[in-house]
Amino acid sequence: MPVDILMPALSPTMEKGNLAKWLKKEGDTIKSGDVLAEIETDKATMEVEAIDEGVLAKILVPDGSVDVPVNQVIGIITQEGEDASSIKAPAGAKPAAVPAAAPEAPAAPTAAPKANGAAASAPGGKLFASPLARRIAKQAGLDLSLIQGSGPRGRIVERDVLAAEKAGPRIKPAAAPAPKAAAATVTSSTSDETIKGYFEPGSYEEVPHDGMRKTIARRLTEAAQVIPHYYLTLDCEIDALLSLREQINKSAPLTKEGKPSFKVSVNDFIIKALALALQRVPDCNASWTDGAMLKHRHSDIGVAVSIPAGLITPIIRKAEQKTLSVISNEMKDFAARAKARKLKPEEYQGGVSAVSNLGMFGIKHFTAVINPPQSTILAVGAGEQRVVVKNGAPAVATVMTVTLSVDHRVADGALGAQLIEAFKKIVEAPIGMLV
Amino acid sequence: MAETYDLIVVGGGPGGYVAAIRAAQLGLKTAVVEREHLGGICLNWGCIPTKALLRSAEIFHYLEHPKDYGLTVEGKVGFDPAAVVARSRGVSQQLTGGVAFLLKKNKVDVIWGEAFIPKPGEVVVSKPKKPAVQPQNPPPKGTLGEGTYKAKHIVIATGARPRVLPGIEPDQKLIWTYFEAMVPKTFPKSLVVMGSGAIGIEFASFYRTMGSEVTVVEVLPQILPVEDEEIAALARKRFEKQGIKILTATKVSKVEKGADSVTATLEDASGKAQTITAERMISAVGVVGNIEGIGLEQLGVAIERGVIKIDGFGRTNVPGVYAIGDVAGPPMLAHKAEHEGVICVEAIAGKHPHPMDKSLIPGCTYCQPQIASVGLTEAKAKAAGYEVKVGRFPFIGNGKAIALGEPDGLIKTVFDAKTGKLLGAHMVGAEVTELIQGFVVAMNLETTEEELIHTVFPHPTLSEMMHESVMDAYGRAIHK
Repeated sequence: MPVDILMPALSPTMEKGNLAKWLKKEGDTIKSGDVLAEIETDKATMEVEAIDEGVLAKILVPDGSVDVPVNQVIGIITQEGEDASSIKAPAGAKPAAVPAAAPEAPAAPTAAPKANGAAASAPGGKLFASPLARRIAKQAGLDLSLIQGSGPRGRIVERDVLAAEKAGPRIKPAAAPAPKAAAATVTSSTSDETIKGYFEPGSYEEVPHDGMRKTIARRLTEAAQVIPHYYLTLDCEIDALLSLREQINKSAPLTKEGKPSFKVSVNDFIIKALALALQRVPDCNASWTDGAMLKHRHSDIGVAVSIPAGLITPIIRKAEQKTLSVISNEMKDFAARAKARKLKPEEYQGGVSAVSNLGMFGIKHFTAVINPPQSTILAVGAGEQRVVVKNGAPAVATVMTVTLSVDHRVADGALGAQLIEAFKKIVEAPIGMLV
Repeated sequence: MAETYDLIVVGGGPGGYVAAIRAAQLGLKTAVVEREHLGGICLNWGCIPTKALLRSAEIFHYLEHPKDYGLTVEGKVGFDPAAVVARSRGVSQQLTGGVAFLLKKNKVDVIWGEAFIPKPGEVVVSKPKKPAVQPQNPPPKGTLGEGTYKAKHIVIATGARPRVLPGIEPDQKLIWTYFEAMVPKTFPKSLVVMGSGAIGIEFASFYRTMGSEVTVVEVLPQILPVEDEEIAALARKRFEKQGIKILTATKVSKVEKGADSVTATLEDASGKAQTITAERMISAVGVVGNIEGIGLEQLGVAIERGVIKIDGFGRTNVPGVYAIGDVAGPPMLAHKAEHEGVICVEAIAGKHPHPMDKSLIPGCTYCQPQIASVGLTEAKAKAAGYEVKVGRFPFIGNGKAIALGEPDGLIKTVFDAKTGKLLGAHMVGAEVTELIQGFVVAMNLETTEEELIHTVFPHPTLSEMMHESVMDAYGRAIHK
């Protein structure tokens, strides 16, 4: 039997994706593991790898297709000896005798999820899934609400769950539980036409949103609406940190090419300091769920990386355990791959807190939006020389203003204050980060 | 001026006429071409008339054992072969008439004659080259005749015919196929049945009940080769108790014809030969697709293992040409053909059916005891890599079975131990052909053992054994 290539779900929040480019042509021989196509997901460009062997008989969703629903059939692989033309024929060439009135034969059954009902959930939120599909999903740890049903009236059946399981990174419920419910409320209150009406026709260029822009819009709107934010600001003196940084970087051993093997940035110190602070105030090292507080053992710190036309937040896992040089090199790798949109979903999902640094633009002070499931985010301003009062006399120090956004559901004001206070102590006595 | 249709179905058997009616329901202008008999083999020479014969045999069997039920019969219980056959033909005729009525009601044209497809979009109908098998049910009235007809879509549903083994060619007199076995003038005193699939076993069962000495010869090690081993073994025991002689792993290597008898040379697996003489022989070694004379070669329609190659929607490799039913491959069963026809036509009409799932096609054999099954046998499930849980429940533990006087039989269920998916169900015993559909529905809805266990089965029924079999797979049968 021919094997359907399905639009994979490459991240838990992914409902649709853009098919950027096919890397194989119709008729190409496919080996398991071959890269078939590039998919533009919420946040990155991902490769679709072949699971089955055979011949790419038919491409059903062409290059550059946008908003392809997860699990839609995008192509068909035939096995050796199968006649690809029998698949090709009805979708493309039709005999002269077949009129336009004769609708195209269905390319493949699952290719018509809309006709069958786009989602398996009814307005009331009840999920239609076969008992067997429910059990297999449970055993595999898949979230049924993220799976598209192909059975009668969109019922989720065994094949849908098996396809989702096969589709690569698992649709696990824990990673991002909230977005689905909020999705409906995200739409902007003013219609597109109304907004366009404020501007003279032709006076603007209309640029359709890409997947990343939509995801940023959806997730941050949701975060701002759902999470009760409050903000704590204080100044940190970083002269000691700057001098320690200079010493550390001078001490870096040289590689074979004669380059230093690491170059630690101020931001790397901040990542490490935030992780250590979270360990000192463990009640802040937590994520909110409706049922419970998830108190984490490790401190996974997201770092906002600006990339052309977007933003992505790769996560330094267990940052409290990592040395500054490890953090530094990991960040350089993340930043480079983020710009190429090659980060894997597991590299930018999760985390307990995050660092957003706009110091390089001279920004003195700002506040940041928490990115769930994280419960805090630290907005870091520029380090600059300021006059401070020390022992009753004016003095000059390098000062950096930081603002911590806190999810009030996770930590009340005093607790948040303890966290940012701990952070300040660590930053101002930075030698502690080396032990 | 040729008549133009949206769809022409070639062949008015169970696949063809059902496809035509569905097409008409969907608003397609539709015609069926039939050369011999509406309803095909199923209504005329297969499923239906055999059930009529077997019903006569069943009632005769009860009449022979009135004491079992506290009854007495005065005088001698007997039968009239001509009347038994006449009843069977009457049933067949009533139903083929029904097909004609349904086609007319749905405004499907019937074109009487033999079809040839010179090119996609065109069907040429001419006089049949072969005479019809007699007795022929009367053709419907108001049919169209010979000529050239245009159709945007052509569905080939030409069915199948008995397979012929070289050297053992049926001759209509001594070596029968189901055609002759269906309308005997007298019941032979002795009979050799070559092949133990559904057709062979049903005739063996019928003729044995009517008093013939019956020997079944099967080349494979198991009778009813597609059925679960355990079920087939139980059935064999019952057949042998009834006096049917069964030789498995044995092939018919030669047949010599006498004046009013055949002598078959049989060879077992070790090469040991024996001869057996009987009045008649039935060749029931399967069926082959009717792919000849339709124009498939010129059209370039791909053929594989003697049948037309199709995808899950009945599409051949030639656009506008489709095939369904026996001519499009196994299992060669009427209900598979009907379902395939509906899927094919719905796809043509732009609906979005799911492709044929051949793993959920039930099979029924109406011998005494009956056999019914769906899905994987225990052996096939294991071969497919499943860790299985198997449930069994015998008829002897069921109140209704005892009350009916039918204490022999078994219902077996095979589950995937990991997911609780019902992989297959296999039954032997009274009325099981009417029970199997419960499990077919369950499998289609993808129920697990849990829903089946939570289902209330009416008491007292044979269906309670289905419940018990499922519970037995999970170690909680009540009456075992």
